[in-house]
Amino acid sequence: MSVTSDDRSRAVLRGVMDADDHVIVSGPSIYVYEAPVRIWHWANALAIVVLAVTGYFIGSPLPSMPGEASDHFLMGYIRFAHFSAGYVLAIGFLCRILWTFFGNRHSRQIFYLPVWSGTWWAGILRELRWYMFLEKEPYKYVGHNPLAHVAMFLMFTLFTAFMIVTGFALYSEGAGIDSWQAKLFGWVFTYFPNSQDVHTLHHLGMWVIVVFAVIHIYAAIREDIMSRQTMISTMISGERQFRDEREG
Amino acid sequence: MAAATETFYEVIRRQGITRRSFVKFCNLTAASLGLGPIAAAEMAEALETKPRTPVIWMHGLECTCCSESFIRSAHPLVKDVVLSMISLDYDDTIMAAAGHQAEAILEETKQKYKGQYILAVEGNPPLNEDGMFCIDGGKPFVEKLKWMAEDAMAIIAWGACASWGCVQAAKPNPTQATPIDKVIKNKPIIKVPGCPPIAEVMTGVVTYITTFGRLPELDRQGRPKMFYSQRIHDKCYRRPHFDAGQFVESWDDDGARKGYCLYKMGCKGPTTYNACSTTRWNGGVSFPIQSGHGCIGCSEEGFWDKGSFYDRLTTITQFGVERNADQVGGAVAGVVGAAVAVHAAATAVKRLTGKPTEKTDA
Repeated sequence: MSVTSDDRSRAVLRGVMDADDHVIVSGPSIYVYEAPVRIWHWANALAIVVLAVTGYFIGSPLPSMPGEASDHFLMGYIRFAHFSAGYVLAIGFLCRILWTFFGNRHSRQIFYLPVWSGTWWAGILRELRWYMFLEKEPYKYVGHNPLAHVAMFLMFTLFTAFMIVTGFALYSEGAGIDSWQAKLFGWVFTYFPNSQDVHTLHHLGMWVIVVFAVIHIYAAIREDIMSRQTMISTMISGERQFRDEREG
Repeated sequence: MAAATETFYEVIRRQGITRRSFVKFCNLTAASLGLGPIAAAEMAEALETKPRTPVIWMHGLECTCCSESFIRSAHPLVKDVVLSMISLDYDDTIMAAAGHQAEAILEETKQKYKGQYILAVEGNPPLNEDGMFCIDGGKPFVEKLKWMAEDAMAIIAWGACASWGCVQAAKPNPTQATPIDKVIKNKPIIKVPGCPPIAEVMTGVVTYITTFGRLPELDRQGRPKMFYSQRIHDKCYRRPHFDAGQFVESWDDDGARKGYCLYKMGCKGPTTYNACSTTRWNGGVSFPIQSGHGCIGCSEEGFWDKGSFYDRLTTITQFGVERNADQVGGAVAGVVGAAVAVHAAATAVKRLTGKPTEKTDA
């Protein structure tokens, strides 16, 4: 494409130009994820990694430490890391819920499913077809696409809440019957009188989050390459860039 | 039955015990229950003035291990409990009377001590076939239980059977054995789980109720807080080895000989609420973990149905095969991972072999 005066004026306006003096016409950019959402996302991701790894080693401990018990505190440190990361996750989740009252409308998306919207259901179908290689290209979405929205809500939001509740219930076993954790989350043991069941559910929940992470990371990378919009950088800068200006 | 109106104090004085020993006993019992010095005086006062509480001890579907445990109580000695503290008016397993003579006591207690007697239940009623799987005195046990529960002050559910159902309620539970609190809804019920419960816990609960005339403080599950508020794990003498990460890896290994933590051998201490690691058994001699075997969680709900006693992770049977959380979760994660890899490959192939997409950029 040759450089026209029109392009030049636009380039000046946008301030984008490459080495060959070609004007780059980019798609529009929309500010989607505000800073608190982004900070929460990465802090939460880190907490989940720590929680999953330490949680696994609490269920299946590492080989025995040699020497005297007084020289070691390995399980203690692993459990401490798990509980600390658990607090980061729980407090982060609470702050994230609070942010929905102050943030933009995208900050509320992962907390509900618009099941009443026909467009949304059609969008899920369309996205499914895209993932089954039946569509040439996906639609553009400012927030999560409908299929991602479902995965977010069911596998992330609900399961995080589930893990927080069961996690604190299990924590209350050590904290004691009079602790605030027991007062707030002890009701879990009304439904599961044997806490062994809660351990099992919490353990299965870990695997759900692992499965979610696998899908989440794959979908983010794939869509970053294949779709018509940015994915990964959006969670870093908050800006969603579109690669074309076509509608739909 | 006249003896039942005698007070505890009168009984022991008659047996030749001095007042000094009596006060000592009150102090010791108060201390063992974790109560303050004032409680000892209250206890003495109660035992001096109150008539002994009649106790009716019934047996449903059970193995009598609760009775076996109870009669081995050392502090207080069970002879003191049975002969002096309470008035054990009926216990078909150990009483001298039999047949109609024995059953008549139930009727008499019901009338004479309406709302004042304690109904101690060992075992549970099976509900299938109208309760025909457990016949006691010619009637289904469930009918006898409901009948005696009507006028009881409170019910003690002895052991895992009465509290949770235990082995007879394990899957598939053909007789539909049902814990007491699912059958009797309108009476205060205290659960004293364990298979069996610790002897001193049993006599401790009885002492508390006869002394204060009310149930001790119960937790969410209906168990007395003073014995069931902490896990075996919380007070286990091997806990430092757990925190250090020192485990028995297999039976008879070096760790086992050194008394390391039995967590990896499937010890259920971290999910079991009981007093074993503090009170211990047989007069404080030992308890399972001290003897080198993990806790099997016998005082917990449905402990028969959680898979092996030697696995940490519960067996999950909902998927038709017996697996634990790691096997199920790992398999799912593996399948999803493989699906993602295949999908990524398909995407790459499609992108490389497909028509070059029209670029709309400049």
